[in-house]
Amino acid sequence: MSPSPVEDELTVPPAPAKPGALETALRAARASGRKLLVPYVTGGYGDDWADVVRAVADAGADAIEIGIPFSDPVMDGPVIQEASEVALRAGATPVSVLDELRRVDAGVPLAVMTYYNIAFRMGHERFAASLADSGVAAAILPDLPLEEAGPWARAADAAGVETVLLAAPTAPDDRLPRIVERARGFVYAVGLLGVTGERAALAESSLVIARRLKAVTDKPVLVGVGVSTADQAVEVSAVADGVVIGSALMRRVLEGEGPAGAARFVAEVRAALDAT
Amino acid sequence: MALPEPSASGRFGEFGGRYVPETLVPACQELEEAFRAAWADPAFRAELDDLLHHYAGRPSPLTDCRRLSEELGLRVLLKREDLNHTGSHKINNVLGQALLARRMGKTRLVAETGAGQHGVATATAAALLGMECMVYMGEVDMGRQALNVFRMRLLGAEVVPATSGSRTLKDAVNEAMRDWVATVEDSHYCLGSVMGPHPYPWMVRELHTVIGDEARAQCSEVLDGGVPDVVTACVGGGSNAIGIFSGFADTAAELVGVEPAGGAAVGRGVPGVVHGMKSYLMQDEFGQVQEAHSISAGLDYPGVGPEHSHLAAIGRARYEQVTDAEVIDAFQLLSRTEGIIPALEPAHALAWVSRDRAALAGRTVLVNLSGRGDKDVAQMMEILG
Ligand SMILES: Cc1ncc(COP(=O)(O)O)c(C=O)c1O
Repeated sequence: MSPSPVEDELTVPPAPAKPGALETALRAARASGRKLLVPYVTGGYGDDWADVVRAVADAGADAIEIGIPFSDPVMDGPVIQEASEVALRAGATPVSVLDELRRVDAGVPLAVMTYYNIAFRMGHERFAASLADSGVAAAILPDLPLEEAGPWARAADAAGVETVLLAAPTAPDDRLPRIVERARGFVYAVGLLGVTGERAALAESSLVIARRLKAVTDKPVLVGVGVSTADQAVEVSAVADGVVIGSALMRRVLEGEGPAGAARFVAEVRAALDAT
Repeated sequence: MALPEPSASGRFGEFGGRYVPETLVPACQELEEAFRAAWADPAFRAELDDLLHHYAGRPSPLTDCRRLSEELGLRVLLKREDLNHTGSHKINNVLGQALLARRMGKTRLVAETGAGQHGVATATAAALLGMECMVYMGEVDMGRQALNVFRMRLLGAEVVPATSGSRTLKDAVNEAMRDWVATVEDSHYCLGSVMGPHPYPWMVRELHTVIGDEARAQCSEVLDGGVPDVVTACVGGGSNAIGIFSGFADTAAELVGVEPAGGAAVGRGVPGVVHGMKSYLMQDEFGQVQEAHSISAGLDYPGVGPEHSHLAAIGRARYEQVTDAEVIDAFQLLSRTEGIIPALEPAHALAWVSRDRAALAGRTVLVNLSGRGDKDVAQMMEILG
């Protein structure tokens, strides 16, 4: 039986040969001896979310993840769920978030983090073009694993949008090289078994997955999910190239700390990373 | 085998697939391999058949309805899944998955539930096999299906409310998936319908083909070797429907799935991706999943299993919609004419038969009576006063 047209379409194309804007910036920062810090901000949460983005950029972020809220965020814990729900109730859409991003001019590369149906519904080509048009360098789609990434990756590659892939502690050894090979921007190391959210202590699995990934790639390896404090960021960055911090930042925003509070927290993590 | 296996990527035509967080990909792959091996293993099949017979009470009977048929002007045959242990078809799937989970060395079952029937079935299997059980249920559904919440707890399960979004089945699935992402090493996600990432839509279908296989033989006996003109079932995720369809897919029988008007993924949805699968989905223009609204907690779901989307797309099955009011009438109609109180879910299939009786006049219609109405009596008491 020959593969159906659908199966053909699923073939995952090889990754673009050259790094895009996000990966280039992260590699350069790493080369300068810096540990990488990528905060996450939910797009459309609050009237001043664009100010939060600018503030965390100024406070020392190397790049920023912008969440486009989705109705059913299965990889997210309570904090990002709440931020997403509030943003959706306030009328945030992929179009409104990207429109506003176009005007943000954060001065650091931006990556959109959303769920696959947002891209699928808009159409791969249109979504990729909208990202590029809004100055977004990369996309992170946590429910689009490597095997399903083909159709999106073709559109993203063509539009010059980098596709960040996640690598999880559950991956057997032979899976990691295939993931890092196709990832561009950075490799998102999932620090623990679980969804996003703050944890009291850094999971041992964060160090293990970072070590396993660093052994198979020279692309930037950032650990996210469960990295909650400056100390934890420092601890895991002893192995990894840096961290993604989402819930710990968005909790402060949900508690009303605003752009200033967000900046204070990011500056604190930045200082701790720089002190190592 | 009447319905073919999905493709290597878990697709039925363009629908299906495995759209899950990376953390779960290896678990889905292992599950696919484990199920394939178990399903081909005579010892596993014998153990499951034994449980289905001595524990769940299979085969379930086929009832040839006299008074209802007379009243509607057509011949109604009921496949009596309501008579299974725990009161619905859900036990077929759950016993299979629980045995498989144990075979895979898992010690804990995680499930979502809408009406509570799948949760009760899972809690039952967990009690039977000595496993831990965690059931997520929308807060709204916990209110309208309080009896089943109590049953689950009595059976030793922990029931946790899903408090986000619409606080119904869709949100319970989200919570169950979040649990599984964190506990995948020792837990099996015992999904309750032919939905979710590959291999679930295929595996759950296979575990329900027993409905169609039995019904095919029973119909043949009642209809002198023939098959019914129409085979119909309610469709939430679509497991009881695919189970009975599978027995007749290779015949001339018309296959009709019945969706609630407020949760008609096939009827009103467009292709989308949520809960691990590509399928018809009720969503807005931006891809946000919409909340379903149905009198029946078990059908209050904005998506549908991918094989139904495929059967609709290729025209092998068609999907009708009924309103809550039509369902309430059908619920009473079957109670009054046959002495069988149906669950609100299969009352949807009956509601379609009753509404379209003129078009169905003189024909033989097999209805999958997927569950009994005990759980709905309190809710109906309020509605009917
Ligand atoms: C009796 C009964 N029938 C049908 C359903 C819907 O599920 P499915 O469409 O998978 O058969 C349920 C779900 O709770 C149910 O309890």
